[in-house]
Amino acid sequence: MRRLGPVALIFHAVFVIFILAPLVMVIAVSFTDKGYLSLPTDGLSLRWFYAILDNPSFIDAFWMSVWLALISASIAVIIAIPAALAIARHKFPGRDFIAAFLLSPLMIPHLVLGVAFLQFYSQIGLGGSFYGLAAAHIVLVTPYALRLALSAATGLSIEAEQAALTLGANRFTVFRKITLPLILPGVAGGWLLSFITSFDELTMSVFVASPATQTLPVKMYNHITQTIDPLIASVSTVLIVLTFILMLILDRFYGLDKVFVGKG
Amino acid sequence: MSFLKFESLKKEFGDFVAVGDMSLDVERGEFISLLGPSGCGKTTTLQMVAGLLQPTSGKIMLDGKDITNTPPNKRGLGIVFQSYALFPHMTATENVAFGLEMRGVGKADRMARAHAALEQVRLAQFADRYPKDMSGGQRQRVALARALVIEPPVLLLDEPLSNLDAKLREEMRIELRLLQQDIGVTTILVTHDQEEALSMSDRIVVMQRGEVSQIAAPLDLYERPTNTFVSDFVGKTNLLNGHVSAPNTVSVNGTTIDVDTASADVGSQVTLSVRPEKLRLCDDTTGQKVRIDAAIFLGSSWLYRVTGELGELFITQPNTGSAGYSKGDMAHVSWPAGSLTLFEDAVS
Amino acid sequence: MSAASPRTTPYLLTAPGVLFFAALLGFPMVMTFVLSLHSYDFNTGIQSDWTLANYADVLGDSYFHKIFSRTFGLGLLVTLICVLIGVPEAYVLSRLSSGWRSVFLLVVLGPLLISVVVRTLGWALFFGGNGILTMTAQALGFSDEPVSLMFTFAGMTIALVHVLVPFMVISVWASLQKIDPQSEDAGLSLGATKFTVLRRITLPQAMPGILSGSIIVFALTASAFATPAIIGGRRMKVVATAAYDEYLSTLNWPLGATIAVLLLLANIVIILSFNKIIERRYAKVFE
Repeated sequence: MRRLGPVALIFHAVFVIFILAPLVMVIAVSFTDKGYLSLPTDGLSLRWFYAILDNPSFIDAFWMSVWLALISASIAVIIAIPAALAIARHKFPGRDFIAAFLLSPLMIPHLVLGVAFLQFYSQIGLGGSFYGLAAAHIVLVTPYALRLALSAATGLSIEAEQAALTLGANRFTVFRKITLPLILPGVAGGWLLSFITSFDELTMSVFVASPATQTLPVKMYNHITQTIDPLIASVSTVLIVLTFILMLILDRFYGLDKVFVGKG
Repeated sequence: MSFLKFESLKKEFGDFVAVGDMSLDVERGEFISLLGPSGCGKTTTLQMVAGLLQPTSGKIMLDGKDITNTPPNKRGLGIVFQSYALFPHMTATENVAFGLEMRGVGKADRMARAHAALEQVRLAQFADRYPKDMSGGQRQRVALARALVIEPPVLLLDEPLSNLDAKLREEMRIELRLLQQDIGVTTILVTHDQEEALSMSDRIVVMQRGEVSQIAAPLDLYERPTNTFVSDFVGKTNLLNGHVSAPNTVSVNGTTIDVDTASADVGSQVTLSVRPEKLRLCDDTTGQKVRIDAAIFLGSSWLYRVTGELGELFITQPNTGSAGYSKGDMAHVSWPAGSLTLFEDAVS
Repeated sequence: MSAASPRTTPYLLTAPGVLFFAALLGFPMVMTFVLSLHSYDFNTGIQSDWTLANYADVLGDSYFHKIFSRTFGLGLLVTLICVLIGVPEAYVLSRLSSGWRSVFLLVVLGPLLISVVVRTLGWALFFGGNGILTMTAQALGFSDEPVSLMFTFAGMTIALVHVLVPFMVISVWASLQKIDPQSEDAGLSLGATKFTVLRRITLPQAMPGILSGSIIVFALTASAFATPAIIGGRRMKVVATAAYDEYLSTLNWPLGATIAVLLLLANIVIILSFNKIIERRYAKVFE
């Protein structure tokens, strides 16, 4: 009774092809042996992957993005853990407001965040700095970390902590030995999702990043607006492979569907 | 002087009175049950003893010391939670050893003591399992071992058997009671299950809407409840509304019944309570004539619902091996003198 | 535990986030709003006056009307297509055996983690004048001319559907997960056909997921930047790319800020009113 009819399966196949087509296209083009955009019909070549090595600006941008994502995801998690525990565990005046405030960047278009930071930083003299970019990314990814930490903290039974307390543990020990280990999977998932979100972010970063703090998506965007060539395809292919690895880790750790729905 | 003492303990949540003015003296080694329906304040009371809730007013004295304001981690009481509250990321041994670790017991010593505690609850072979790999009964015993290993002055049990299936629950009642007597630990059990309270306790505190209804030993409570709530909540009973028509006579639906009316005034509304197993059904003509409405075979006994001049009654009769009455049969119901209890409060 | 801890605890725990957000989110947002109330002069830059002229400009100019209506139309169309293909796909996913399901969940949701730039690049390769589309059309003899969807509304729509449809799938998937499978069996046992069960039992229960998926897709389309910028370019401007140009090309920041404020307001109004509808219609049944 749960079986699917042929129409459903054909629809499913077409849908999957639609989803994968552009990615397959990018990967295919990156293996061309020609000097221009074309499918590798005559033979595969790695020349455009070697070409990345001759363009250190892509490699610099990659490391810039990695650092930025590491820092912003880590700080976002540090902000999110105590906030999630407070919101999940305590009833207090202003709780809903604080939760909405800390989740609000999810509702603000990245473009709006971008122009707001652009003006703010240029007025306080942080324009184009790495710190400014990092702060902007922390604001951007904290909601993701918070959402996963919240669902972990909400699912946590308060009795395990009470049990530890009555067995003689003080509050800090309870946090370290009971609470933290129990919410760790959620927190780790939140960190990884924050990392990926920060790493991929373009729209806000276009406004905040300077040539000195160019992230990989910004560098790629700027490149695409000038010219679309096999080099950008090979850079994209590397990115697809790296993301795929991260994705497998995230799925293993937490379940991709749970990450995106944000509910435990 | 009593070992554990509640003095006018009171807990309010805003306008809601969860526990109102509760006083209780518990002797050393005694097993006390707090019995009542959900929302009666029994769990709130337990949490105040544990230090997880702060009383609005009143005092809790343990062994002569006021512990009302002592934080839960300094009280040293052993608690078994309803959900067991095992630490899911720790093995059985690590769970049991946690309290010892908090007391600074060295690793070798605490492992040895944790193992001994697990042996005591017959779980030695599951020492390295995680809670998710254990059955409900095993988890329950780990929780018990974890609470007992710290040698608490008082053991608090919050509905510890409610998540077990019926058969295991009965086994655990016996096991828990034997273990408690063995160790001699003062124990407070919170439960809504009257059988559980009757079978395990030295004394039972019946609670209703935050107030104590009656405190008595199990047999006294069952045989001599002091109000309709207790008689109805503890065990099954038939409640009959009537009024005192003459000294030592109560009229129910026009039928007069001889009963000791004690202090009740003639003319006042009263309630009579009679246990289903105290009633006797027979074919001869002594007693009230009734019609059998329903007959249910329960294995060790029969349960009948009958209608007669007294109204509807539930009657249980032991199974003697022969066929019982069937629906539609006529019979007579009688009771030995003294089986009726009279309450001056009317049931609604 | 909460009762035994002091009242200040939750405030202390949320303080780092709240303070950080107040300084780095609240303050910049207010500044942007303030900026939209100043006028701009091409010779002397941003003025310190207070005026609603920028709002009058944007709301009264047919150039901006066109951009706003194009963006709104794009949002509706992309949302509609996402519903039409995302809902059946979520249903198919929920019916697959658990092994296949986890594989295809990865395939469908995974692209969300891949940079939008990369995904849009894939479509640009398809759509370009010497891309696959042209080659296919020429090979099949449909056209001798290059067929290009670059800088077209259709191209933007296809690419945005691709970028955003996973949000629809996951949202519907989540609400399908909550359905008691026995409710469908119950429908069948009462004599309904499979199609009737789908229409009368499954779909109504999936409705909250479809609605919340629609909000997400619409809001993200309305504020999308990368895909319209790469596929639509200068010829097919949407609100986000128009604001980008005001900031980084024309340098009329107050006007750009005005567009940004309007975009944010429209976004918030749409999300909140949609949420209200969902809450009002479904809260009673599903909470």
